[in-house]
Amino acid sequence: MKWKNILKKMKEYPAIVGFFGIVLFFSLLSDRFLTVSNFVNVFRQVSIQAVIAFGMTLVIISGGIDLSVGSIFALSAVVMASILKGGSVFLGIVVALLVGAVMGAANGIIIAKGRIQPFIVTLATMAIGRSLTLVYTQGMPITGFPQSFRVIGRGEMLGIPVPVIIMFGLFMLIWFISTYTKLGLYTYAIGGNETAAKLSGVKVDRYKIIIYVLSGVLSAVSAIILTSRLNSAQPTFGTGYELDAIAAVVLGGASLAGGKGTVIGTLFGALIMGILNNGLNLLNVSPFYQQSVKGIVILIAVLLERET
Amino acid sequence: MKKAILVIFVLVLLVATVLGAKYKIGLSLSTLNNPFFVTLRDGAIDKAKELGIDLIVVDAQDKPSKQLNDIEDLIQQRVDLIIINPTDSDAIVTAVEEANKANIPVITVDRASNGGKVIVHIASDNVLGGMMAAKFIAEKLNGKGKVVELVGIPGTSAARDRGLGFETELKKYPGLTLVARQTANFNRAEGLVVMENLLEAYPDIDAVFAQNDEMALGAIEAIKAAGKLDKIMVVGFDAIPDAIDSVKKGEMAATIAQQPYLMGQKAVEKAFEYLKTQSIYIPVELKLVIK
Repeated sequence: MKWKNILKKMKEYPAIVGFFGIVLFFSLLSDRFLTVSNFVNVFRQVSIQAVIAFGMTLVIISGGIDLSVGSIFALSAVVMASILKGGSVFLGIVVALLVGAVMGAANGIIIAKGRIQPFIVTLATMAIGRSLTLVYTQGMPITGFPQSFRVIGRGEMLGIPVPVIIMFGLFMLIWFISTYTKLGLYTYAIGGNETAAKLSGVKVDRYKIIIYVLSGVLSAVSAIILTSRLNSAQPTFGTGYELDAIAAVVLGGASLAGGKGTVIGTLFGALIMGILNNGLNLLNVSPFYQQSVKGIVILIAVLLERET
Repeated sequence: MKKAILVIFVLVLLVATVLGAKYKIGLSLSTLNNPFFVTLRDGAIDKAKELGIDLIVVDAQDKPSKQLNDIEDLIQQRVDLIIINPTDSDAIVTAVEEANKANIPVITVDRASNGGKVIVHIASDNVLGGMMAAKFIAEKLNGKGKVVELVGIPGTSAARDRGLGFETELKKYPGLTLVARQTANFNRAEGLVVMENLLEAYPDIDAVFAQNDEMALGAIEAIKAAGKLDKIMVVGFDAIPDAIDSVKKGEMAATIAQQPYLMGQKAVEKAFEYLKTQSIYIPVELKLVIK
């Protein structure tokens, strides 16, 4: 009876099961894999993708999609970097978050008020964001920041890297929002059946805009972390990150049709992607094969989920 | 009256084209998202200004499909010559052939075309550069140690040639072992992550060869965080400004200099020479012949 319960729970969270399966697999093949320092390392790396994926989780649950996260990431990074060069860390961070919020709001308003499919709107803003980044930087990376800015990417508290702390803080926040607040409840309702939500008096437009603003701001947070870690902002930042984020959310059990998904699932989805990267590097698997391995894992995960 | 105006208009137009008969050259770049190619473009623009050439620059954003469209557009504009910096040596062949068919001469820069008629290819020798890096590392390590290679975008000619040169030269030193070869796609953020992972797997590396400076700079951040900057030597490729700074600060051991500005200048210069004389002078290395 107890076993059955455990089995049932396992089926509810396939990403968690998958994560531990992959960990076991790599542990058997590499003695350098299952070490504290390597796990600290993996969590620090995953924080970048996970933070974006948290925002994407809400977007996808609401039945939408946000392809512009990578471009928002790049634009907020380079705008912040140019302010950091002038020496003001606080102002730089605030402006980065603002850029994220404004881009997110633009997405939300056009989607909600313009009644255009999120895929098309964010595809357009993805292109515009990337272009603005190139115009702003003239294709050149921006470097030379105050020492204090490095704390975000490099710092540690009680042996835990700051990016990991930020990631868990945001995880708790989004988890709280999705389980205990009106915003969370309505996100599932809109994704489940938008017309029904509207008829029961939910201000659908307003909540959609809030969701995309959150997605934009989280992309900016992620950009702040990576810029600090690399000590430079690159115009090519964030290319392809939208796909990583969507993959993490879907691996975590969300449905692209909306109405279904959890941020816990997303966290483990992102961890699966990170641990695959790390493990394949550690095992020195040929670069030519690595993409295939990742693709196969995604397919298996989604197939397993269909069983439940 | 109407006819007279028309005649005058046509005459003015004719005079204008004859007076303004300067060469129009197209430059199709693989990407302007990388300082290397921005510098190459600047070299080309400056040279074109100096020679009084109209230069039209198009950016393929690293997409072979967009580059083909770009070049078709240039052909439509009836440019006198097209300078191409291919995104991909194979994918570019169709575009070169189309230019050939339209009787527009083609020059390639940095990366070559694997087909079609190209009057001259201007590039630094990537194989030689890779060999220089291996030789430098071997000398610094006295021919003994563990080496890691960070590979660029798999399949590109730059990654292939630099890797080939590096590995061929490395084999000459039996004391040096290449313990890992991982891709970071010519990208700084990926260089950081891959290096962090490799440091976990191989804590006792002596040297890193990165096939470009972006990856090298990312790797240096990882090595710095691990507190091993004094133990691990990093060699990059391209000599972009950030890398030169890093070398000056003593963080990067060396970078193989490519000269993108000069490449851009040279390409326009050769284009001009060809348009004026319908021939091109290609110096061939001399060879010492002994009995």
